[in-house]
Amino acid sequence: MSLFNRYWRVALGVVVIAALIIAPMYLNRYGLFILSQWAVMTIAAMGLNLTLGYAGQVSLAQGAFVGIGAYSAAIMTANGMPLIAGLGVAIVLCFAIGWILGYPALRVQHHYLAFVTLAFSTLAFLVFRNEGWLTNGIYGISNIPRPTIFGYPTNRPLPFYYVCLGSLALVSFATWWLIRSPWGRAFVALRENPVRALSLGIDTRRYTLMAFAIGSALGGVAGTLYAPLTQYIDPVPFNLSLSLDLLMMVIVGGSGFFFGPFLGAMIAVLLPEWLRFTQGYYLMLYAVAVILLLIYSPSGILGILDRYLTERRTKAASALRAVAKSGLEPAP
Amino acid sequence: MSNLLDLLIAGLATGAIYAIVAVGFTLLWQTSQTINFAQGEFVMLPAFLMLAAMHVGAPFWLAIVIGMLLSLLLLGLGFKMLLVDPMLRHGVLPLAIATMALAIGLKEAVKQFFSAEASPFPSIVPAGDISILGRQVALQSVGVLALAIAAVVGLTMLLNRTSIGHQMQATAQNPTVARIIGIPVERMILLTFLINAFLVALASLLITPIYLAKFSSGEVLGQAAFIAAIVGGFNQVRGAIAGGLLIGVVDNLAAAYVSTQYRAAVPMVLLILIILLRPQGLLGRAEERTV
Repeated sequence: MSLFNRYWRVALGVVVIAALIIAPMYLNRYGLFILSQWAVMTIAAMGLNLTLGYAGQVSLAQGAFVGIGAYSAAIMTANGMPLIAGLGVAIVLCFAIGWILGYPALRVQHHYLAFVTLAFSTLAFLVFRNEGWLTNGIYGISNIPRPTIFGYPTNRPLPFYYVCLGSLALVSFATWWLIRSPWGRAFVALRENPVRALSLGIDTRRYTLMAFAIGSALGGVAGTLYAPLTQYIDPVPFNLSLSLDLLMMVIVGGSGFFFGPFLGAMIAVLLPEWLRFTQGYYLMLYAVAVILLLIYSPSGILGILDRYLTERRTKAASALRAVAKSGLEPAP
Repeated sequence: MSNLLDLLIAGLATGAIYAIVAVGFTLLWQTSQTINFAQGEFVMLPAFLMLAAMHVGAPFWLAIVIGMLLSLLLLGLGFKMLLVDPMLRHGVLPLAIATMALAIGLKEAVKQFFSAEASPFPSIVPAGDISILGRQVALQSVGVLALAIAAVVGLTMLLNRTSIGHQMQATAQNPTVARIIGIPVERMILLTFLINAFLVALASLLITPIYLAKFSSGEVLGQAAFIAAIVGGFNQVRGAIAGGLLIGVVDNLAAAYVSTQYRAAVPMVLLILIILLRPQGLLGRAEERTV
């Protein structure tokens, strides 16, 4: 049974990856843009999933980190430096700011933490908008170049889509490794019961800050891809609603599940496109769908799947037990 | 100096509106652990309900009554029965996220069914100036302040002086014991939702003439109310009132003396400082941390 499941999973994985590589060759410019956007948002949502889903710390600032990453990339490349330098700056900057933003999390939890991060998000937006000497204010930065990778320019949509997909793959592997590592287990311990984690000798202080810093750094990575993807940035996309959207992606997909952000980002980025025929109503429908989903399953879509699989497994197990028991019972 | 006085009065007037919204916010939190991220949109909506009633041809006073009743029905009863009741058993965070989705839904619904543009809204306080202590002060500010104070005083009296108020407080403090001594806990919780709906509708009526009716105007208001609630103290009605007035004044003074560009940053910095130094808020009780 489980063997079948594993083969089935590997097969599904191969099909999805193959589809992500091959299908875009037949997509138009706009389709490629949407798919690239999905990859970028997935990276940011994965970072938030690490902070929220694994370490259990609510953050409403992920959108601000995407903004910091995007501005780092835009400013660096506009001054003639390669994108990889922008990436480095974005990661270091977001990691450091995320670490500092983690300090309130040591003192307060849940809704208080949500509001501290919300305040940070607003402050970051104000800096993007008002510090014109650095960010060019409301006029934004245009003509952001796309990178040349191993001497191969990625100006056209398809090659740049592969850059986004490749980055997504790298980030996925790194996150997978992190979750499996003692660090990832410490994050989960922190989420499930901070006091017990502390008594087991886990430095909860350090891991809380770490969860914030790594999650934020991934937001920065997403930002460095976002800037060359749109080739123009201004402060508006990085306001509070991006943070809320990312939070919803994580929750809708299933927070604390590795594939949650993939699914959540897919729904948030692609569903509006599919609902385009409903014109102005699509965001309303999206909001209603999210509420209904949360009422039905607060652990998101993967939560439903998980519940279903667990139920089937227990049913199978109790059926086996029943068979074994009837075999033991003496016939009347 | 005279300029300072004007700023103070204008700040107190907007602050009083923030306070009304923040009080509703803390009431919901106290009785049913609902962090309502749609509170700002709740303030935005009633103005549009009233405008819709006026479009149909109702006079202003009737439109106000219709708007109030509809918001009691939609934002009080409907919100509780359709969203909070089914979500409550899942815990604080999923419910908070559901209210975020609700905020998006309300904004989009107003944008779609009414207008994406800002619409003017009649004021219930006549325009003009009034002379106080030999100074000309806008009647609007004074009227708003008076109405908001009346609402807050009325609510405080209801909570502290009447049997229903005591029953509501008991429900907020310990629902289990309240149920044992025979308080109809469910009805009290519903009552808090209705009070919140009334408060947001009142706030809508007071603030919309100043800032115009626009689908996105809830964002700023909601944030101001959250900050007011946290700065004052999440678990105290008087904390929310003090927080609201403080934020209103600080916001107005910051616009004049710090910079208009960073005006929005000052309340945020205040919020972060309060949370770091005194997380229970200026007037709040410390909540025990649940393990």
